[in-house]
Amino acid sequence: MRFLLDREQREFARTLNTLLGAADTPAAVRSWAAGDPGPGRALWGKLADVGVFALAVPERHGGAGLHPVELALSFVELGRHAVPGPLVETVAAAALLGDPDGPGPTAAAPPGGLAADLLPGIAAGRSLVSLCLLSAEQPYALDADAADTVLVVEGDALRRAGSVGPVQRSADPARRLARPGPGPVLARGPRVRAAAERAAALAALATAAQSLGLGRALLDATVGHVRDRTQFGVPVGSFQAVKHRLADTLLGLEFAEPLVYAAALALARGAADDRTVPAAKVAAGEAAYAAARTALQLHGALGYTEEPALSLWIRKARALRDAWGTPAAHRARVLAP
Amino acid sequence: MDLDLTAAQRAFRDEARAWLADHVPTAPLPSLETAEGFAAHRAWERTLGADRWSAVSWPEEYGGRGVGVVEWLLFEEEYHAAGAPGRVAQNGVNLLAPTLLEHGTDAQRARILPPMARGGTIWAQAWSEPEAGSDLAALRSTATRTDGGWLLDGQKTWSSRAAFADRAFGLFRSARGARPHHGLTYLMFPLDAPGVTVRPIGRLDGKPAFAELFLDGVFVPDEDVIGAPGDGWRVAMSTAGNERGLTLRSPGRFTAAAARLTALWRERGAPEDTALRDRVADAVIGAEAYRLFTHAAAARLAAGEPIGAESSLNKVFWSELDLALHETALDLLGPYGELADDAAEAPAQGRWAEGHVFALAGPLYAGTNEIQRDIIAERLLGLPKGRR
Repeated sequence: MRFLLDREQREFARTLNTLLGAADTPAAVRSWAAGDPGPGRALWGKLADVGVFALAVPERHGGAGLHPVELALSFVELGRHAVPGPLVETVAAAALLGDPDGPGPTAAAPPGGLAADLLPGIAAGRSLVSLCLLSAEQPYALDADAADTVLVVEGDALRRAGSVGPVQRSADPARRLARPGPGPVLARGPRVRAAAERAAALAALATAAQSLGLGRALLDATVGHVRDRTQFGVPVGSFQAVKHRLADTLLGLEFAEPLVYAAALALARGAADDRTVPAAKVAAGEAAYAAARTALQLHGALGYTEEPALSLWIRKARALRDAWGTPAAHRARVLAP
Repeated sequence: MDLDLTAAQRAFRDEARAWLADHVPTAPLPSLETAEGFAAHRAWERTLGADRWSAVSWPEEYGGRGVGVVEWLLFEEEYHAAGAPGRVAQNGVNLLAPTLLEHGTDAQRARILPPMARGGTIWAQAWSEPEAGSDLAALRSTATRTDGGWLLDGQKTWSSRAAFADRAFGLFRSARGARPHHGLTYLMFPLDAPGVTVRPIGRLDGKPAFAELFLDGVFVPDEDVIGAPGDGWRVAMSTAGNERGLTLRSPGRFTAAAARLTALWRERGAPEDTALRDRVADAVIGAEAYRLFTHAAAARLAAGEPIGAESSLNKVFWSELDLALHETALDLLGPYGELADDAAEAPAQGRWAEGHVFALAGPLYAGTNEIQRDIIAERLLGLPKGRR
C-alpha cells in the first residue's frame, strides 16, 4: 500500500497548474459567460495538448485509456483555475461512449459508430460534449449552447439532442444551463442505463476533484488577503477568530482529498457498489462551499463584489456542490443497504 | 498510488481477526475508570500481551511484532470491529513508549517496555498543573538534584489513569532558565513511592478517570530520566510530530463506531428524518476520511516526509468526529439517550453513553482544539502569531 501520488502524477499536476496559471482563465470565464466560448475553447486545446481529455478516451479512439486517478488530479487543477466549459460532462460522455460494456455501435449511430465519431475529437480537445442524465434531479445540460454535441440519457435510451432550449443563467456565470430538446435515439437498453450510471460516478468524482481544487484556490487567496490586510494596526490574519475559520477551511479540504483519490482508485478498480464516490462528492463539495463562505467573509465587502476574479471562484462552489448529485442524494447513497 | 494490501498484510489481518474472535470478552467489561473495571482491563492487557498483540508495532524483543504503520492500522481496525475493550495501557503504549524508543537508553527500553507490553505496569501521564494547562511550559513542579537522582516536589493534576495506575511520567522544572521551555526534565516515577499522594478526581460522570498528584520530595533515580536533564521539552515534543501524532486515536476506532451507528440508524431511524440520516452519513464519511487521511500520512512518513504540525489536523478532526458520532447515536436513542452507562436499561450496555462522556473530553485534552487551530493557522497556513 502506498496511498500517495507518485512523482510522475505530481509532475503532471504541476505542469497543468503552470499552464493554467499563465492562461488568464478569468478572462476566458468572462467571455464564456458572455456567450463567447472562443478563449475557453483555446484553453481546452492546450489541455488536450498535455493529454487531459485523452485520460477518459480508449486507446483505439486516440486516447490513453480511462485513468480515474489522473483525471482526478487534473480536475483538481481545472477547479483550482476555474476553467470554464462542460469539462466534467465531456469526460463522462467519453467514458460512456468508450465503455466496453456500454451502448456499443448501433444502427442509428453514424457509420463507424458513435464512439468512433466523437471520441477522437474529445481526446484532441476539439469536441465539447454536454451530457445530461435527464431526470427530476438533472433537468439541464451544462453549456449545451457552446457544446458541439449534446448527449442525453433518459431511462435506458441514449439520444443526441437536436436542439436546446434557451440558456438559463446559473449563479455561477461560467455555467450556462439549457433544457435538451428531442433528437434521434442512438442506443437503447440495460447496457445504456448501466454505462450511464458508471459515467455518472465518474462525473461525480470529477466534480468532487474540481471542488477540491476550487476550495484550495479560495483558501490560498484568502490566506494571502488576511496576511496583507491590516486593521487596528495589525494583519487581520493575526486575529484568532480569523485563524480558526481558516483552520476549519483547511481541515475540510485536507480530509476531503483522500476521499477523492480513494474514489478514483475505486473507479479504476471498477468497483460497482462503492460508497467512496458519494462520500468524496459530499466531503469535497461541502468543503469547497465552506471555503467560498470563508473567502467571502474574510475578504469583507471585497468578497461580495462582482468585479474581482475571486467572485468567479466564490460563485462556482455552490453550483459544483450540487452538480451531479446534491449532497443529500449522495449522503443517501453512502447509507444505501 | 494504491490502497492494496500485500499477501503478508492480509495474512497479518486474518491472524489478528482470528485471535480476536477467540479472545474478545463476549460481554463488555465494566468501565475502565472504576476500580473493578480497571482490574478487568488490566487482565485483558495481560491476555493481549501474552500473545504479543498489545503493541504490535514495537520491536519483537520488547514484546511487539515489529510491524509497520499499515499493519498497526489493520490491527486497530480489527480490534475495534471486534468490539474489544478500551486500552487501559494506552498512555504507556502510545505516549511513553514512542518517547523511550526515540530517546531512551537500551537499558531503559529493556527494563520498561516488556512489562508494559505484558500489562504488568500501567502508566499514567503527569503533564498538567493547576497553573499550566494549554501553556504547559508554565509548569512549576520541580526536580532538584540529589545523590544518584532527583527529588520531585509540586503538584500535577488531570492526570489520566492515575487513580489506579502503577507509574507516571511527566515534565519537571530542573533549572531556572531564561525561557520557560528550557530547564525542563522528563522523568518517570512510581505512584506508590514515598512522598506521592494521589487524590482521584471524578470526571463529568463521577468516575475517577484522572487524579491530582501531590509530590513531596519524591526520589527518582537517574535511570528514570529520559533524555538529558534540561532537555525534557524537546524530548516530550519530538515524538508529537511522528507516528505518535498519527496514532493517538486509531481510525479503526471510528470506522467501527460509524458501522455501529449505521446499524443503530437502520434499527431505529425514521426514514422521513433526513436530517438525522445526513448526520449518520456524515459520521460514516468522516470516519472513512480519517482512515484514508491516516493512510496518506503513513505513506508520507514511509517516503521520509515529516508529519509535524499536520498532527494538529488529525487531532481536531477525530475529536470532533467522535463527539458528533456519539451525539447522533444519543439522538437516535431518543428518551434512552440520557441514560447513564451504568443504568440497568442503558442501550447497548451503556456503550453509547460511556462513549459520549469520553468523547466530550476529546476537544480539550492532548492540546485543546483552540491551540490546535492556532497551530494549523500559524504553521500550516503561515498566518502571523497574535495574542491568544
